[in-house]
Amino acid sequence: MSRWGSLALFAALLFAFTASAHAQTKNDAPRNYGMGRVATPEQIAGWDIDIRPDGQGAPVGRGSVKDGEKVYMDKCAACHGEFGESAGRWPQLAQGKGTLASHDPVKTVGSYFPYLSSVFDYIRRAMPFGDAESLTNDELYAVTAYVLNLNDIVDDKFVLSKETWGKVKMPNQGGFFDDDREKTEKAFWNPKACMKDCRGPVKITGHAQAIDVTPDEKTQKRGVE
Amino acid sequence: MTEPTDTTRATRRRFLVGAAGLAATGVSAARAENAKNLPPNVAGWTRQLGEGVGVRAYGNPSKYEKDVVRRTVSWLTATPESSVSFTPLHQLDGIITPNGLCFERHHGGIAEIDPGDYRLMLHGMVDKPLIFTLEELKRLPRVNKIYFLECAANSGMEWRGSQLNGCQYTHGMVHCVQYTGVSLKILLEQAGLKPNAKWIMAEGGDAAAMNRSIPIEKALDDCIVAYRMNGEMLRPEQGYPVRLVVPGWEGNIWIKWLRRLKLGDQPWFTREETSKYTDLLESGKARQFTFVMDAKSVITSPSPQAPVKQKGFNVISGLAWSGRGKIKRVDVSFDGGRNWRTARIDGPVFDKACVRFYYEFDWNGEELLLQSRAIDDTGYAQPSKDALRKIRGVNSIYHNNGIQTWAVKPDGEVENVEVG
Repeated sequence: MSRWGSLALFAALLFAFTASAHAQTKNDAPRNYGMGRVATPEQIAGWDIDIRPDGQGAPVGRGSVKDGEKVYMDKCAACHGEFGESAGRWPQLAQGKGTLASHDPVKTVGSYFPYLSSVFDYIRRAMPFGDAESLTNDELYAVTAYVLNLNDIVDDKFVLSKETWGKVKMPNQGGFFDDDREKTEKAFWNPKACMKDCRGPVKITGHAQAIDVTPDEKTQKRGVE
Repeated sequence: MTEPTDTTRATRRRFLVGAAGLAATGVSAARAENAKNLPPNVAGWTRQLGEGVGVRAYGNPSKYEKDVVRRTVSWLTATPESSVSFTPLHQLDGIITPNGLCFERHHGGIAEIDPGDYRLMLHGMVDKPLIFTLEELKRLPRVNKIYFLECAANSGMEWRGSQLNGCQYTHGMVHCVQYTGVSLKILLEQAGLKPNAKWIMAEGGDAAAMNRSIPIEKALDDCIVAYRMNGEMLRPEQGYPVRLVVPGWEGNIWIKWLRRLKLGDQPWFTREETSKYTDLLESGKARQFTFVMDAKSVITSPSPQAPVKQKGFNVISGLAWSGRGKIKRVDVSFDGGRNWRTARIDGPVFDKACVRFYYEFDWNGEELLLQSRAIDDTGYAQPSKDALRKIRGVNSIYHNNGIQTWAVKPDGEVENVEVG
């Protein structure tokens, strides 16, 4: 084959190759790329720790408020306080009822969390801080029961388990609604925003004095935790 | 609020001087000059050979730029493992954030994951539950996209009034980089979705095992399972080896150290989307699933950490972004929002990415109340802080995208102020 002939063949092959590659990426039908291995039930069980509000995913086990007090004093109280009042800057777990509409809202398990699962799932995956996923299922149920008891959500004799899950009613379950910014903040869609004489005289009403920000607990709790 | 004691005041001042004081923040351009390096003399670096190649196998910024760093506010949180460090916005330009300066927000410290032992599990309401290795993720078709990532709590300390004197602290929980990865849609197609799979839960493999619920429409739209940022593999602080990219939505959902994706027919209402990352209003009720980050902008220079150095010609530089689309326009005010002039956007304008804006002007030493206002292509115009407070009160913590005011004083110093 002449030099030009082989070049032409090469060009034709190249065209065919790129055309077919192009067709593949343009194809909207899902393609199986042959990546990934089927996850076995055993593999899934080891990582499948999430729990939903209806209790789906809750593990087998049970724990009483009384047993939970021991776990709590041992593993939680150093940061969260013996009564869930918080030691220092760690999250407060109890009290705060009736404060959400006030100038200083106190968000706790009792005052703010909407579902039992929001508490239980979090403790299961992230607590104790620095020793995650170390509690047994019975300890998890017990310590959660104790935190609920600190918030007067269950009585001293309560035993939490998958079976009693539905009996727990969180006080602030009705305290949330879906994002409504597109309705309630509709006025902010204002592409012809004012350019000239948009407001009266401007005066400074506050100064940032970072060095004087008061390091009290409330200020810190308004920050990111 | 109670008055600070002398001790706390002194401690705080020491902190600021040490970590963020003027000298440490690049303010002082007045580095002493050495006449030996100035014309007509010939500088040492011109007469002598420098280091050869390979000495700096992974290059770092010049030693003269060592104050360009992420900074923390130590009193903000109980522990550095669950805390935040802020991007030095006042020392950067353009739209891309260097990888080492992208703000950090961890809830259980930085997970150090061996890429050989990395696994991503995809299960729940799927036809075939799957586990992927990192190599398999990298072999799938790739996309490259530039997106901003903003923490929902960015500017969260400013709801009740100006508090922190520096845009690194008021606005530094944002960064913008180019991600490389596989589209989440393609990954989900490998497992096959059950018809009633309406939500997806993403979970991290760190010591907080952070988990958030995402509607399936978003997951199938533009989310990316990313392993690279700005060309190189993700930094450990940003989720190495794999993080979720959820364009335009609050940073908390961009799960780092991603280990599991589970499909379900309803949201999980995890701690991170109920007790945190919900926006408490004055009524005592809270908005939930406020995913989108609204249009926002800030003048990064001049700003408290980057004062005006001299009269005459000056450039105002700033960043703008919107989780709803592209930035269409940015306006700048010199008089606290009475009158506005349209700024010049320079550089690329991408969907849900930062844009850089400039306004050039001559300063004659008069006091200025500088503001910037972003408008996106949905017509959303960044509101004043007062307009936001009127609707939301001051207890929201999250999603504060109100217009920032910097007061420029006759000596060129700049302060974070509130105007009324």
